[in-house]
Amino acid sequence: MLAANEIGHIESFRPKRFAQRYGVDPLLTLVVVITTLYGLIVLYSASGQNISLVLKQAAHVLAGLGIMIVVSQARQDLVVRITPFVFGMSAMLLVAVLFIGVDVKGAQRWLDLPGFPRFQPSELMKLVLPAMLAWWFTRQKLPPKLSHLIIAAVLMVVPVTLIAKQPDLGTSIIIAGSGFFVIFLAGISWRLLAMLGSLGVASLPVLWMVMRDYQRTRVMTLLDPQSDPLGAGWNTIQAMTALGSGGLFGKGYAAGTQAQLKFLPESHTDFIVAVIGEEMGFLGISVLLILYALILGRCLALTMRATGNFGRLLSGSITLTFFVYVFVNLGMVSGVLPVVGIPLPLISYGGTSVVSLLVGFGLIMSMQRTNRVLSGES
Amino acid sequence: MELSTGVREKNLIHGRVLVAAFFSAFLLLLLLSRLIWLQLIETERFQTASEANRLQTLPVGPARGLITDRNGLVLAENRPNLQLLIIPEEFDDLDAAIAEVRSRIDFSDGDAERFAKNIKTRRRPRDPVVVKDDLSESDTARIAVDLFRFPGLEIKARPTRYYPYGGLTAHSLGYVGRLSLHELKNVDERRYAGTDTIGKLGVEKAYEDILLGQVGVERVETSARGQIMRAVEREDPKPGSNIPLHLDIGLTAKLYEVLGTSRGAIVAIDALNGGILGLASTPTYDANSFIGGISQAEYKALQSNRDTPLFNRALRGQYPPGSTIKPMLGLVGLHYGAVSWKTEYFSRGFFQLPGNDHKYRDWKEWGHGIVTMDKAIIESVDTYFYYMANKLGIDQMSEGMKWFGFGRRQGRDVQNDSPGILPSRAWKRAVRNQSWYQGETVISGIGQGFWVTTPLQLAAATTAVARRGNFIDPHFSVLEDLDAGAPVPIGEPIDWERMIDAMEGVLHDQNGTARGAGKGLNYQIAGKTGTVQIFSIGQEEEYEAAEIDERLRDHALFVGFAPAHAPSIVIALIIENGGSGGTTAAPVARQIFDYWLLRRNEGSIPPDLKYVTRINNQLLGYKNAGSQ
Repeated sequence: MLAANEIGHIESFRPKRFAQRYGVDPLLTLVVVITTLYGLIVLYSASGQNISLVLKQAAHVLAGLGIMIVVSQARQDLVVRITPFVFGMSAMLLVAVLFIGVDVKGAQRWLDLPGFPRFQPSELMKLVLPAMLAWWFTRQKLPPKLSHLIIAAVLMVVPVTLIAKQPDLGTSIIIAGSGFFVIFLAGISWRLLAMLGSLGVASLPVLWMVMRDYQRTRVMTLLDPQSDPLGAGWNTIQAMTALGSGGLFGKGYAAGTQAQLKFLPESHTDFIVAVIGEEMGFLGISVLLILYALILGRCLALTMRATGNFGRLLSGSITLTFFVYVFVNLGMVSGVLPVVGIPLPLISYGGTSVVSLLVGFGLIMSMQRTNRVLSGES
Repeated sequence: MELSTGVREKNLIHGRVLVAAFFSAFLLLLLLSRLIWLQLIETERFQTASEANRLQTLPVGPARGLITDRNGLVLAENRPNLQLLIIPEEFDDLDAAIAEVRSRIDFSDGDAERFAKNIKTRRRPRDPVVVKDDLSESDTARIAVDLFRFPGLEIKARPTRYYPYGGLTAHSLGYVGRLSLHELKNVDERRYAGTDTIGKLGVEKAYEDILLGQVGVERVETSARGQIMRAVEREDPKPGSNIPLHLDIGLTAKLYEVLGTSRGAIVAIDALNGGILGLASTPTYDANSFIGGISQAEYKALQSNRDTPLFNRALRGQYPPGSTIKPMLGLVGLHYGAVSWKTEYFSRGFFQLPGNDHKYRDWKEWGHGIVTMDKAIIESVDTYFYYMANKLGIDQMSEGMKWFGFGRRQGRDVQNDSPGILPSRAWKRAVRNQSWYQGETVISGIGQGFWVTTPLQLAAATTAVARRGNFIDPHFSVLEDLDAGAPVPIGEPIDWERMIDAMEGVLHDQNGTARGAGKGLNYQIAGKTGTVQIFSIGQEEEYEAAEIDERLRDHALFVGFAPAHAPSIVIALIIENGGSGGTTAAPVARQIFDYWLLRRNEGSIPPDLKYVTRINNQLLGYKNAGSQ
């Protein structure tokens, strides 16, 4: 079924590239490794010189890189074939979370299944939903018809609603975004997009109505952090103070008073970029932005080179989602977006985040390879 | 056809990818401009905010100056004291936190009561409140391990005032206590930024300004939770200056020893300079009880004790002076010519005003026969002084007695002393709105009637006699020694010498009222006894000491100095309900003179501290027994 698309692909006739031969893209891998090393160095300072925390994170990174390499070897047709099953299973796990999930800080996001490490099924959905939508659109002619779009919307709404109910607004928005990117890349008409956009704006008041109190507070705080400087505004004010006081060169490694004296909240997780800004200044931030730009640029290049619509759609969505992480986190810390629990990709402490990002990169890499079965046939 | 579909779809997706890429790049640029604004343009504003976050200026309290006696012995010192402090503002549920603390340390009901009182006292916001004083080592260890769980709790070594002889010195040194919000209004708040106690009474209050010292400043780096990380810079506080006193702690112990369990007061003054050598008021209390805030029960016991240990009899006790003022009054009479040394008066057992049959009785039923001034002093002849007072008149009497410091506070570094009453026509008109009666002049002649004086006033007046007509304000500290005193413009030098000779006769003449106390002396004492009636007996009744209630018995008084011709020490003493001045008060005075002149050999030898401590302990033991 896929054969028709794949055989017609020009790239399959070119000499095989490194990535196509070995599955791993060296350039992307190099930049990602540099970024995670940069992250570990920052983490040592941000965690108050907690070496065991850094070693733990290093282990997460190494594990993630291993999984990335394994995933990059995957055959695209296999990925395509298992996608609907994985999607179904993930959706079931999300339902399970609502009933038997573990409560952490007032939200039920974790699943503690015997024989598995504790994990968040919503994390799975970040990759599985775009894959599922890519799978769906690969079976249709593009640009998609309205009926196909409606089915895509249904596929999207189910996991997004389940996650929003946990509640985990940040993740559900991210996942909705990743799904939306697939739809966008699949060629949804601009007219429909504009209509949906205006509908979205019109429904903002409704959204405000259904938001929980703490979520509304966060939005209000963004508009006026000084309204409650010791409460809701604290995080934003302290983060901006950390960033701003760093200036061009920063206060020096492990010498940021905001971070080291714990004025900065969540300094080793969501607000870690404020530590970079405070201690290494605008130069440190610039290094980070350049690294991210390189990753995004490489991922876009790989997306352009991906084989098949499934590969293009999935790669593109993963790339754009990665960008959303960067943008939302930096926007939150620098005080232009509300405080949502989005970690800084590849830098913030946390195993789940870094592993799922690296799996995403692995998938992007795997989408480079021509289908061995198919190329063998040709 | 199939191929072109594939290419078309690929181009569609690639186009969309490029659109998204450009849009992303645009958003990244927006973010970059925000970061440039934060980090490169508004840097200064955020650096200021960050510094304000980090640095906090803390006051550092100075060490309070010490108070030392004339031999340099420390009477008020600062003792290290581990305190458990709490900042109530840090806790939503204070009771729960206290319960938690109580479960860990040795916390008695008394501690709980003190804490309850401390926390109710109005204080500066965020001022820590003492949960428990004098933490033991085990308490400190038990609470320290969990301290991080309670950001509003801290253990601090804060020097606390300690009076090693708290019973002996309570009535002279006073004590320090917690600075109240009310007191804070009357002082320079900045000077007390690092101090939470203030002198409440006595020398501690008088020299508060000097003892306090200068507050220092410490700039510290604090964490977001207010925890102090390190000191950035520090301006050391300047400790308060020490206050050297004239007080001799050995003599003071002697004063308390001779007073024993009776109620009374003694003031001893250095005749050379007016310095207070010793001051006793019995019963006394432990000044240390007041430092950390006294417990309600302890305070109540002191308050309700009918012997009033908190009452300073030496400074505030107002007693009729009785015959003790006869030497001064005699000098006033001589000065205004009411009598002369040659005047002879025939003393029957009583004096009568012309045209009035009221008998002003002498203490000696049948009288003293022919009496001159010398004899009137030696035998304390009441009738002579009735006669002289009547001739002198109230106006000249009170005018002359003013020179001896009566009717006013003694000032200088003496705190809270009472002015007493020196009666006069003006006083009676102002206070009672009545005119003066002649009979009131007569009884004023023997220091009775409206006339009341404090033991301190009697000591000061007697010092003026010892100094041959030079009045010097009594004072505690050598810092007040600059003044040479003021001459008392009464009589000639010969009058003063002769009066002192007469006072010598009180102890050394065979008819002297205190001749018993003067036996076997190898130095000369000049003195005067006084026996004060506090219970009126009828005109024709006999005074029978044994028959009336102990508390209605006469007060026994004595004033005097020694050696008579080169005085070094002046004493005024009163023993409430002690009976006769000659038989009760004078022998007590003799013991004090002996201690000072024989054993202490001019006061240059430091006292026996074992003795001082023993007397102090006895006093505090007595206090406890008395309050039961």
